[in-house]
Amino acid sequence: MTTPKTGARRRTIVGHGLAVLIGATALTGCVQIETPDKPIEINLNINIRQEVVYRLDGDAKKLIEQNSEIF
Amino acid sequence: MMRVKMWKPTGLALAAIAATAAVALAVPSAMAQRDPAYAAARAAGQIGEQPDGYLGFASTPTPAIRALVQDLNIKRKAAYTERAQATGSTVEQFAFTSGCNLIANTKPGEKYQAPDGRWLTRDGSPPVRNASCP
Repeated sequence: MTTPKTGARRRTIVGHGLAVLIGATALTGCVQIETPDKPIEINLNINIRQEVVYRLDGDAKKLIEQNSEIF
Repeated sequence: MMRVKMWKPTGLALAAIAATAAVALAVPSAMAQRDPAYAAARAAGQIGEQPDGYLGFASTPTPAIRALVQDLNIKRKAAYTERAQATGSTVEQFAFTSGCNLIANTKPGEKYQAPDGRWLTRDGSPPVRNASCP
């Protein structure tokens, strides 16, 4: 009665061990980071979003065309 | 028969609209009077377009050129402010979008400022502009 139980428990423990091992391997895979060749450039001068510029582009063109004396 | 009668006024109205549009387009360009000193300073590369939508000095200007540019920049700011209000944007946003276009419109030989602050001379290739420009 007890022997099969212990066997089952052992198998579970082995199973857990395997799962932990696989998990650990997966984790080390995730942690690896490749450093970029070029420095990361962040332009802090311009905080105007591209979508805003695209929305205003037609109006800006019209303003320049219609007020050529100041452009 | 009714349909034929309905078409005529529509055609006339369209012609009228087209004529008005043509006049509206022609008037501002006819009114445009550029100061010859401004055109000369621009062609000489003393002044150029900045990414922020205003004129700047690529080299130390004469007092007369400085005054001329300051006057134009004040007028530009007034125009940007008006359009910004009409489009629900900020003056900086509208001015920046205009700057993208003004730099794109520079002619070979004219100066413009790159996003990093350098003054570059426009050549045949596309100008160096901010990544946000369309």
